[in-house]
Amino acid sequence: MNQGSSLKRYAITRLALVVPMVFILLTLVFLLMRVAPGNPVSASLGGHAPPSVIKAISHQLGYDKPVYVQYGHYLGQIIRGNFGTTISDRRSVGSIILVNGAATLELTFFAMIVAVVVGMLIGLLSGRYRDSPLDAGGRLFGIVVYATPVFFLGLLAQLIFGVWLGWLPISDQASPITQALLQTHTNIFFLDAIIDRNWSALWDITQHLILPATTLGIVYGGVFIRLIRVNVIRTMKEDYIEAARARGIKERSVVYHHAFRNALVPVITVVGLQLALLLGGAILTETTFNWPGLGHELYIYLQNRDYAAVQGIVVVFALVVVAASIVIDFANAFIDPRVRY
Amino acid sequence: MTAILEVRDLRLWYGTARGSVRAVDRVSLEIDAGSVLGLVGESGCGKSTLGRGILGLLPEGARADGEVLYKGRNLVTMSPRELRRLRGPDLGLIFQEPMTRLNPLLRIEDHFRETIEQHDSKLTPKDVRRRSLDTLGRMGIPPTRFRQYPHEFSGGMRQRIMIALALVLRPSLLVADEPTTSLDVIVEAQILRILADLKENFDTALLLITHNLGIVAEACDRVAVMYAGQIAEEGPARDVFADPKHPYTRELLRSTISLDTKVLHSIPGAPPNLISPPSGCHFHPRCPDVMRVCPAHDPIETQPDPDRRVLCWLHGPEREIPDGGTAPLEREQIAVAEEA
Repeated sequence: MNQGSSLKRYAITRLALVVPMVFILLTLVFLLMRVAPGNPVSASLGGHAPPSVIKAISHQLGYDKPVYVQYGHYLGQIIRGNFGTTISDRRSVGSIILVNGAATLELTFFAMIVAVVVGMLIGLLSGRYRDSPLDAGGRLFGIVVYATPVFFLGLLAQLIFGVWLGWLPISDQASPITQALLQTHTNIFFLDAIIDRNWSALWDITQHLILPATTLGIVYGGVFIRLIRVNVIRTMKEDYIEAARARGIKERSVVYHHAFRNALVPVITVVGLQLALLLGGAILTETTFNWPGLGHELYIYLQNRDYAAVQGIVVVFALVVVAASIVIDFANAFIDPRVRY
Repeated sequence: MTAILEVRDLRLWYGTARGSVRAVDRVSLEIDAGSVLGLVGESGCGKSTLGRGILGLLPEGARADGEVLYKGRNLVTMSPRELRRLRGPDLGLIFQEPMTRLNPLLRIEDHFRETIEQHDSKLTPKDVRRRSLDTLGRMGIPPTRFRQYPHEFSGGMRQRIMIALALVLRPSLLVADEPTTSLDVIVEAQILRILADLKENFDTALLLITHNLGIVAEACDRVAVMYAGQIAEEGPARDVFADPKHPYTRELLRSTISLDTKVLHSIPGAPPNLISPPSGCHFHPRCPDVMRVCPAHDPIETQPDPDRRVLCWLHGPEREIPDGGTAPLEREQIAVAEEA
């Protein structure tokens, strides 16, 4: 029973399952968009175009063909890596994904850091010092932020820190001057500023990041607080914890080495599954903070019934969730030896 | 032989919503270096609590009073820090259920390394490994399995790993809390052989907690019979089995099953609840030899033989029994006494 080979076999099986998963996903997104009411061509033309024009453009874009022909064409394009062109403003969906995706990546990455720090810190301490005032505060905080809609928390943060206190900018990814002067390498502003060693731009970008990333991160962290707390409490009651104490292991080591570590294993899975929540939250956060990310774009294109754009963005979101679930599974297999068999 | 552990008047109790549970009620015991003491009794009589209480491993809210003298130091009043240091190199504990006692995320190697390093940080990694493999080897676990995870072992193997883990620091006393209850008979025999050989191999004294009298007869030098948080009778295992002094011991021995068993004997009634145990002798409502004195006065410990002690009015002391106290008590009277 060699560990390396069993891990490899597990990896291959897991990766092979991705192909049917992605196929089902593409099909569902395609069909859902056709079922949704509204015509993308008329919506993009403002709703007052004469029927003949609409027909001509529909024909030009291939939307008058039977659905199965459109579907085949769509799949063929996707396999070649071509996500198509938006109907409303004729942008390449690929470039939307690159440019706006970078903004979303920046936001969600820092939100994730905030979520993990907040969630682990409060969750672990609440579980460790169960029923203490610290625990009561932590639980209350967890429930409140989880129950609060992310846009409401965003508006509140804008009002307090942006308007009343005037500490932080309340919208956009950077100030106009920074955006104009910043060289783009990765489209991720934060990285671009670091690459150019442009510290004043980095400071400006960081200031713009704080409110949206903290808002999204705290809401996402609320999920972890409760989950981690419960897991710590459950793990502290495990037989192997008592057995470790019976061997004279220091309480510190018992808590950190046995309880916390084991309590975090199921949390890893949830972090991955909740990534969908994070992306959903990103749509609302980006709209609230006028953050030029994929979520913000998705919101606009949905209003225009822009099949091509929505399909492209939703598929990217879905692929990210799929990729995350694979990473999570590997992480679990790596940490928990029982998963490999 | 000198006693490695002396328990004197130990009381252990927990507070619950319905009142305090006196799980261990003025227990005194001695265990000699390298000897095996069996602790028997029905479920819920406080034997596990006593075993854990000796190591200071009681659940939150439990209180202790009395003395547990280990090499002359009182464990009851010792600071948690000092007690923690004794667990492992001096006092070991193995449990009833081996399947869940190893951390599933850690290799067997990690368990040993952590245990050894926490108590003896001067050892080199090589020495740690050598010592672990040596102890595991004596339990019949080959070195090839050192880097495996707990889920790759059977129950019997896990129990042997737990024993090795307890013995790797060479404790002077090992408390084994029903170590074979969840294992099948073949594995049980294996584990018992290992425990019986502790003295030769590790010079470790053993407190063997069990409800299986067969195990006691086979493996123990002395035996203590526990009932409702008290020691009913204590003495050399051979003598106690040949000539039980306490009616409870006698009934317990009669209740064992062997090939000759024609009619299954059991002790009527259920073990008392420890929140409000029966007055006087806690066993009196179930005792076939109950006397008038039993529900009225707490029994006094006597020594029917120099090496034995028993907690029963049948063995006196006669001057403490009021006039007419030795007359048998009728069952109706017990019921009345119960209600009173």
